[in-house]
Amino acid sequence: MQSAVIVFPASNCDRDAATALEKVTGRKPLMVWHAETTLPKVDFVVIPGGFSYGDYLRSGAIAARSPIVRDIIKKAENGLPVAGFCNGFQILTEAGLLPGALMRNKGLRFICRPQKLHITNGDTMFTRAYKNTSEVTYPIAHFDGNYYADDDTLKELRKSGRIVFKYIDNPNGSLNDIAGICNAAGNVLGMMPHPERAVDPLHGGTDGIDLFKSILEAVR
Amino acid sequence: MSKIEITPEVIAEHGLSEGEYEIICDRLGRAPNITELGIFSVMWSEHCSYKSSRRHLKKMLTKGKRVIQGPGENAGVIDIDDGDAIVFKMESHNHPSYIEPFQGAATGVGGIMRDVFTMGARPIANLNALRFGEPAHPKTKSLVAGVVHGIGAYGNCVGVPTVGGETNFHRGYNENILVNAMCVGHAKQDKVFYSAAKGVGNPIFYVGSKTGRDGIHGATMASAEFDDDSESKRPTVQVGDPFTEKLLIEACMELMATDAIIAIQDMGAAGLTSSSIEMADKGGVGVKMYLDKVPQRETGMTPYEMMLSESQERMLMVLQPGKEHIAIEIFEKWDLDVAEVGVTTDTGHLVLIHKGKTVCDIPIAPLGDDAPNLDRPYDPPKQLDTLYHDQIMDPITRGTSYNDVIKTLITSPDIASKRWIWEQYDRSVMGDTVSSSNSGGDAAIVRIHGTNKAVAITTDCTPRYVAANAFEGGKQAVVETYRNLCSVGAEPIAITDCLNFGNPERKQVMGQFVRAIEGIDAACRALDYPVVSGNVSLYNETNGQAIPPTPAIGGVGLIKNLERYATLKGAKQGEHLVLLGKTDGWLGASLYAQLILGHEKSDTAMYAPPPVDLEAEKAAGTYVRRLIRDRRVSSVHDVSDGGLALAAIEMAFANGLGFELKGSADLPLYAWLFGEDQGRYLVSVEENSLNPVISTARTLNIPAQKVGTVGGSRLIATGGFDLSLEDTHMEYENWLPNYMAD
Repeated sequence: MQSAVIVFPASNCDRDAATALEKVTGRKPLMVWHAETTLPKVDFVVIPGGFSYGDYLRSGAIAARSPIVRDIIKKAENGLPVAGFCNGFQILTEAGLLPGALMRNKGLRFICRPQKLHITNGDTMFTRAYKNTSEVTYPIAHFDGNYYADDDTLKELRKSGRIVFKYIDNPNGSLNDIAGICNAAGNVLGMMPHPERAVDPLHGGTDGIDLFKSILEAVR
Repeated sequence: MSKIEITPEVIAEHGLSEGEYEIICDRLGRAPNITELGIFSVMWSEHCSYKSSRRHLKKMLTKGKRVIQGPGENAGVIDIDDGDAIVFKMESHNHPSYIEPFQGAATGVGGIMRDVFTMGARPIANLNALRFGEPAHPKTKSLVAGVVHGIGAYGNCVGVPTVGGETNFHRGYNENILVNAMCVGHAKQDKVFYSAAKGVGNPIFYVGSKTGRDGIHGATMASAEFDDDSESKRPTVQVGDPFTEKLLIEACMELMATDAIIAIQDMGAAGLTSSSIEMADKGGVGVKMYLDKVPQRETGMTPYEMMLSESQERMLMVLQPGKEHIAIEIFEKWDLDVAEVGVTTDTGHLVLIHKGKTVCDIPIAPLGDDAPNLDRPYDPPKQLDTLYHDQIMDPITRGTSYNDVIKTLITSPDIASKRWIWEQYDRSVMGDTVSSSNSGGDAAIVRIHGTNKAVAITTDCTPRYVAANAFEGGKQAVVETYRNLCSVGAEPIAITDCLNFGNPERKQVMGQFVRAIEGIDAACRALDYPVVSGNVSLYNETNGQAIPPTPAIGGVGLIKNLERYATLKGAKQGEHLVLLGKTDGWLGASLYAQLILGHEKSDTAMYAPPPVDLEAEKAAGTYVRRLIRDRRVSSVHDVSDGGLALAAIEMAFANGLGFELKGSADLPLYAWLFGEDQGRYLVSVEENSLNPVISTARTLNIPAQKVGTVGGSRLIATGGFDLSLEDTHMEYENWLPNYMAD
C-alpha cells in the first residue's frame, strides 16, 4: 500500500503518522507539501495532527483552503481512503468532507492523556482488524476536541453507524461522547485521538496498529 | 532619536554607572550617541555580561569525556555515541513571567528552543522548573494558570513534547515567581552549528519574524529589582508566536542540511545587538549592517529601537558567499522573512548604517573584554545546628497521628500530584516519549528517533536545603539529578544550571550564590558530571526580600539500550522492598520539619540540611544502574522529599499496589520514615533476587536492608500509619485541581 501524509505549515504529527504507516505497511509514505495542487497516486491519505497555520482563525480553517485539500476533496469523493487525526479531523470538518465542528474543550484546557475509547462501529475499513476487542486506548492531545453537530446530523450519524469511536469518560464535552466519525461512503475517517501514537509498546501502547492494518487489508 | 542628549539621568536610566560610562568614552575617544549607549547598556547588563557571576562561574568543571561543547555557546553539546549529539540548556524567564505569565512563560519556552536548534539540533524534549508563591497569596492561582497555559500553548503548537519538570510553592516567591525552561535537542555530531562568524566579506542574513518595538530593554528589566511599579512595565514583555517558531525550526533544519551556513545565532535578550556582536566577537571580525534592510513590523523605527528590540522568533546567520539563493529559497518556501542585512568586515567594529548615515561605529572587543567583571563582597552563610532526634517528639505525643502526618504531606503543595499541570502539555508528540511526568517521578525518558537508545532528563533543586546551607544545598541539587537519572538506569553525563538568586549587591545573597556554586562544583567533580550550559538570574526579589536561593539543575543521561531501563512502575504483588544507602533519620530542613514541626514559621531556616556524601552517592548510583542492567529490580525510586515513607507511597501510586513497611529498631519510627538522608534508593525485588541484591550491596560497602513488602490495597507502616491506597491516592490527586477550581 502506498500512502501519503500531507504536510501543512506547523503540522507536527506528520512524522508520527509517517512512522506508524511505515511500521505497519512496510513502506514509507510520500510526504506531500500543502502547496501542491495534485495528490500523487496513492492508496491512502493521512491528514496529520498539529497546529496547521498556528490554529489561527479557527483550528483547521486555513489548511482546509489550501491547494492540496481541493484535490483531496475531489479524490475522496471518488472513494480514496482518507483519515484525519486530531488537527486532521478539524481540517476535514472545515473542508466539508465530514459534518459538524470541533469546539474548544469543555474544561477550557488542553488535555493530553491516554484515553479509553469504544469502537462503536467495528465494520468500517478503519476498524475491521479489531476482531476481539471493542475497547482501545490511544493518546489524546488537543484543545479543540469538543465535537458538535446539529440534531439532524447527529441523528443521521447514529442511524447510519457513522460514529466510529466514542470516549469512555468523555474528556472534552463532545456531543454524544463522539471521538471519531466517518463519511456516508465510509472512506473518510476523522478522529481526535491519535492511533498513530499507539503503535509501539515503548510509547503509547500498540492499540493503534490494527487501525492501520484494517486500511491495509481494505485497499489490498 | 540620535539627537537625544546623553545626560547623567539618561546614563542612569540605562543602568550604567559613572565609571562604566567613563570606560565607554575612553574606548570610543568621544561620547557615545544614544544608539551606542543603548548597545553598551544591554551588553553590559547583568543578563548579558554576567558581571556579578562571571568570575565564580569560571571555576566550575566544564570538561568531560563526553563533552563536545561546554558553556559559551548557545547551548552545551554532549556525545551520546554513534555520531549522535545531545544539545541542551536551561534558562530563566522569571521577570517577564511575573509581569505577564502567559507570554512570559511562552517566550521562555520559545527562547530556549531557539538556543538548541540554532546549534543544528532538533528539539526533542522540553522541561520546566516552576516556583510559585504560597497558594494562599492572591496572585498565585492566576500565575499558575497563566504560566502553565503559556508553556503548553507554545510547546504544544511547536510539536515538542513537554516531558517533565518540577513545581514548588513558597511564600518566598510570592512576588517573584521562577519560570525556568529547559530544552533538549538531538543532532548528528558532524552537523552541530556554532556562532563564530569566521571570515571577512561574508553576507549576514536576517531570518524569521519582523522586528517590532516589543521587549525593548527586556535585558535591563531582567537585571533590575521589582518594585510596586513593575506591572506598569508590561509593554516590555515580548509576545511569542509558536507558529513562526515551528516554521523557523523546519526552515533552519532544511538549510542546515546544506553547506550554506558559516555561523548562526538566535536573537534572544538584546536581540540584534547581542547576536551580531557575539558572532563577530567569536569570529574575530567586524560587522557592518544596513538597518533599513531589517524587516520591520512598525513604521518609523529608530536604530536604537531596532537594535534593542526583543521581538521573538528571529535568527541571524552568516552564509557562504554564493549560497545566498539556497537560504532565500528555503525561507520563502516556509513563508518567513529573509533579508541580507550586512556583511562581515576586517575593521573589528560594529558599524550601523541607517538612512544613509552612520549611526553607530564602535569597536567590538571592548563590549566583551571591558565588560564589568565585578568581585562583589560577600558574607559566607552561617552554619546551622544539627537537629537531633531527642529534640523531637513522636507524632502521637505531639497529639497527632501517623495517618494525619501522611495526609498532610501528600496534600502539601510541593508533593501533591501535578497532573493538572502536565496534562496540559503534549507529552507524546514526536512518538518517542518512553516515560514522562505521568510516571510519577524521577527522570523522563525520550528515545533517539529510529534507535534503541534514549536520553533521560530531569530538573531538580530543593530550595529549603540551599536556604539552610548553600554549599550542601548546591551539592544536593546536583546529586538529586544524578540519582534521578540512575533511578531509570541512565548513565549521568552532564548538567545545565539555572541559578536563581536575589540581589548580588547584598553580601548575604552573594554569599549564598558563591557557596551554592562551590557546592554544585564539588558534586560535579566527584561525579565526573560537568556543567555544559546555564544561565544566571539575579535580582529576584521584591521590595528588598530575596527569593529562596534556587539553583535549578537540569541533568541529562544516556540509556544505551531500551531493553534495560526502570521506572517507578513494575513492582509486583509479594515483592520485597529494599532500601539502599545509609539511613540516619536526618530531619533537619526536611519536609517533615517544615510541615509537621513548623520549622518554617520564621523566614530563616532553623537547622542544617542533610549532608551529601559524594562518594556514597557515586557508589549507590553505580550499583543501582548495575541492578537495572542485570534485571535484578522491577521498580526503582530515589528517596527525597518526605523520606522513605513518601518514596514508598509514590511507588504504590504508580503501581496501584499497597505495601507494608517494618521499621528499624535503631531509630525512632518518625525519623526512619521521614528522614531525608541522601544517597538512597528504594527498589522492589523478586524473592530470588532479595539476598543477592543485599549481599552484593554490602560487599560494595553500600548499606542495604529489606524494609517491607509490596502488595494489597493498604499503605502500612507497622506501628505507624495504615491507610487506604485508593483514598490516599485520591487526596494526592485532588489537591491541585481543587485549588485551581476554587
